Amino acid sequence: MGYIGETIDSIKSIQIRQLLTQAISLGMIVTSALIIWKALMCVTGSESPVVVVLSGSMEPGFKRGDILFLHMSKDPIRAGEIVVFNVDGRDIPIVHRVIKVHERDNTGEVDVLTKGDNNYGDDRLLYAEGQQWLHRHHIMGRAVGFLPYVGWVTIIMTEKPIIKYILIGALGLLVITSKD
Amino acid sequence: MHSFGYRANALLTFSVTALAFICAIASFSDKFSNQNPSAEIQILNINRLKKQSYGNDEVSLTLDISADLQSLFTWNTKQVFAFVAAEYETPMNSLNQVSLWDAIIPDKEHAKFRIQTSNKYRFIDQGHNLRGKEFNLTLHWHVMPKTGKMFADKIVMPGYSLPDAYK
Repeated sequence: MGYIGETIDSIKSIQIRQLLTQAISLGMIVTSALIIWKALMCVTGSESPVVVVLSGSMEPGFKRGDILFLHMSKDPIRAGEIVVFNVDGRDIPIVHRVIKVHERDNTGEVDVLTKGDNNYGDDRLLYAEGQQWLHRHHIMGRAVGFLPYVGWVTIIMTEKPIIKYILIGALGLLVITSKD
Repeated sequence: MHSFGYRANALLTFSVTALAFICAIASFSDKFSNQNPSAEIQILNINRLKKQSYGNDEVSLTLDISADLQSLFTWNTKQVFAFVAAEYETPMNSLNQVSLWDAIIPDKEHAKFRIQTSNKYRFIDQGHNLRGKEFNLTLHWHVMPKTGKMFADKIVMPGYSLPDAYK
């Protein structure tokens, strides 16, 4: 009876240690991903160093599902640059091209108008009520590079959250049931 | 060690790494291309130069744009976005850039062109500084690759000017 009790105890203790180890390794993976993301934010100077193209307003150059690498520097904003900006009141950033720039002589402040390549008209309809121009603080970064198709993973997970839950559930199951 | 899960994981990791490497090399190969584009712009006519009802000047003009951008196309090029911008200085603004016309050039055949067009986008000043204004017309191009780094350049053509009086 004592021997069985001992074996049960030793089995239980091994499992707890294994469980803890697995939980810690999972935590390490998640935090290192976060570290990489934050480091990217520092290096590129942008709040959001990678964005996924969500609409077709820049076709045929950028299609829905492409990802863009952003970089923000103190360089002045010039016509033709592809910028990512946030409009007050909307939380989804928009990726369009700058078509007009008016830069003030004394302060360096700038008025910017943007337009999607595939849109007929400029973006004034998208700006906030009464806003005619974008200013520097609206702009989160310039697009400097791009990868096709990779963003579909994010789009699918955002638009069909059930897939996100299935993935996380499956990953969790894998972690718990794997022997190492 | 040889279960389906492990093999699938190894395959996926390898293929993603290989794809990323190929994309990086494709983008890097763009550095070696030799580019010499050329362009010429003429103003055919200044159609209107007027003052809008709430104060800003607006000009409408017709341009003759001819360009040869064929040397910009490499095997990694998806399209070239070309646009013509008027650039000028005013007392209030150290730089004004107004895009007048743009086009998407999808392939090398379309990259050598000549087009006569009125300005696609309205040329409106912040203020009323356009009478007699001298400005540059700059042809900008942005090369959008199939994958990787985008790059851009321009040709500046100075010496254009607007009439001295509203018409």
